[in-house]
Formats: sequence, structure tokens, C-alpha cells
Amino acid sequence: MSPYRSISVIATLFLFWVVMSGYFTPFLLTMGLVSAGAVLWFAHRMDVMDHEGHPIHLGKNAFTYWPWLLKEIVKSAWDVSRIIVSPALPISPTMVRVKTTQKTPVGQVTYANSITLTPGTISVAISGDEILVHALTREGAQGVADGDMDRRVTAFEGLS
Amino acid sequence: MIYVAVVLALLVTLALALVRAFQGPTVFDRALAGNAVGTATMMLLAIFQFISGRPEFVDLALVYGFLNVIGTIALQKFFRYGDLGEPGGTEGERR
Amino acid sequence: MIVLDILTWLLVSAGGVFCVIGAVGMLRMPDFFTRMHAASVIDTLGAGLIIVGLILQSGFTLASLKLIILGLLIFFTSPTASHALANAALARGAEPLLADDEGEPSSSPR
Repeated sequence: MSPYRSISVIATLFLFWVVMSGYFTPFLLTMGLVSAGAVLWFAHRMDVMDHEGHPIHLGKNAFTYWPWLLKEIVKSAWDVSRIIVSPALPISPTMVRVKTTQKTPVGQVTYANSITLTPGTISVAISGDEILVHALTREGAQGVADGDMDRRVTAFEGLS
Repeated sequence: MIYVAVVLALLVTLALALVRAFQGPTVFDRALAGNAVGTATMMLLAIFQFISGRPEFVDLALVYGFLNVIGTIALQKFFRYGDLGEPGGTEGERR
Repeated sequence: MIVLDILTWLLVSAGGVFCVIGAVGMLRMPDFFTRMHAASVIDTLGAGLIIVGLILQSGFTLASLKLIILGLLIFFTSPTASHALANAALARGAEPLLADDEGEPSSSPR
């Protein structure tokens, strides 16, 4: 277990405490540090401080992946809004199974959550290395099946 | 006031989501409407700190957000398994 | 600060409009799974635009940090909740309404 992960956890928790409290008296700051340390101890005892519980190794890749994801979300949210306000309601709901190429559960969850976060596509079930996706339109299903997001998430995972 | 339009829009959103919650027809539609009500309420609370000039309201919005997601997941788990005590199991078992 | 006010008004009102669009979609869509797509417009673009507008209004303060945490909370939890709901609905035997092979939009209920 790398010390970097512990340092990162305690820094994140302490920052959260400071933002939530908004008081900068020595007593409350000390209490915050003690609480963060206690949570760190609990996390060690619960054995959740691994690459899944606190994936710091994804940190630098997030700065390239999240902006792209944000752009996709805005684009598809706009498409779904246009579908909703058009009087004919031009939907063609489709279910597709897509293969995932991620190697770790963290990568798979990132991919499934990215699919769900993009309006117009929802990941309904995961089994093995397949995700069952419900798409609002046939074009949306085709967009997921093309696998652009899959490749980007695999690059984001960064293990290969 | 620059927030009149958005507050009205959010109130309309709440009303429409409530209509969906009453109409159903399945329990999952109602849970979905409840989720949307939660999101709209979070936004209303976050805006209300600027209207009232009291910054505590964003804390209320955060607490509401945490409760909202826990409530939604607890609800879906209850209607899926029938109670809250069973271990969830992996997603693959069920299809 | 009048420019900032106008920018905030634009972003926040656009967010409100997307919230209403999502809610209208929740009423118009024919079945549960398609309604989820409409609801995710509220969670992403509606909430996101409102939060960005409010962050512009509050500037470099603790309040805007809290708003960022609120945004991250929605960003991470809303897909989880959506997936849980969709998965539970499918496991309980909700039949998703699918378009037929000819590409006709089947917007009529089953």
C-alpha cells in the first residue's frame, strides 16, 4: 500500500472538512485533521483503500477524458431535448449489447457510468465484458456500438 | 431579480414531475419522478442562497443531494429484492 | 458586475429551460426506459448549467467550492442511481418498448 494513497485520502478528507465548515479557528482545524485521520484508519481497517476505493492513478488522465465526456454530454443532451420538443416525438428505442475492452472493474464502471451520464443512452445491465445499453434512438445505439467512447475509456484507464 | 425565470422554471419542473409521480404507472416511474423532484429541489435550494443572502442553503442542498441518491438506491433495492437486508449479489446473476 | 449578472441570468435560465424540457419529456415519453432519457437531461444539462451560472455569481468563495462539490455529487451519483433504477426495472420484468425493424418510431403504447 503506497503512502501516496494515504496522503491523498487524508488531504481530500481534510479539504472537504474545511470547505464544509468554513471556520478557520485552530480548534476546528485540529478536529478536522483528527476526523480525517480517524476515517483514514477506518478505511485501512475496512480494507477499502486500494486502487478501486481511491483511484489516484486515474488523476492525470481525467483532465483529458472529462472535457471530452462533458462535450459529449452537452451534445447528446441537446439532441434529446430536440427530440422531446419536436411534436412528432421521433424516437426509436433500441437495446444493444456492446463489448467492453477495459481490463479492470474501475474501467468498466467508468464506461458504464459514462454511457448512462450521456442522455439518450443508459447502461441497463453488465454481464462479463458486455454491457446491455438502452438507447433512445437507433443513431444513439449505433454511436455506442461504434466504440469511440470505449476506446477513450480504455485509454483513460491507462493500464494497457 | 435575475433568478425569477429559473425559479419559475424549476417550479414547473416540480409540478410536471409530480404529475408523473401520481400517474405512475409502474413504481419505477414514480421513483424516477422522485429522483427528478430531488434534483429540482437541490437546484432551488442552491439558488435560494443567493435570493435570501444566506449561504447556509447550499449546505442544505448538499445534504438533500446525498439523501436523494441514497433514497433512490434504497427504494430500487427494496422493490427489486423485496427487502433491504439481503446482500445485493453481482449484476451478472440477474441477466 | 452587470456583465456577470447577464451571463449568470443566461446560464441559469437556460438550465431552467432544460429542466422544463426534461420534465415535459418525462410526461410525453411512452414507457419507463424512454422516460429515463428525458430525466437524465434534467440531471446533466439542466443542473449543470444552473450550477455553472451560480458559480459565476459567487466568485472565489467557499460557496462556489460547495457548488462545485454539489456538481461533482450529481456527476458521480446520478448515473449510479439511473443504472440502479433501470437494472431493477429490467430485473422485475419491465418490458422495454422497442422500435420495430422497419425504423418506424413506435410512439404508441403497447
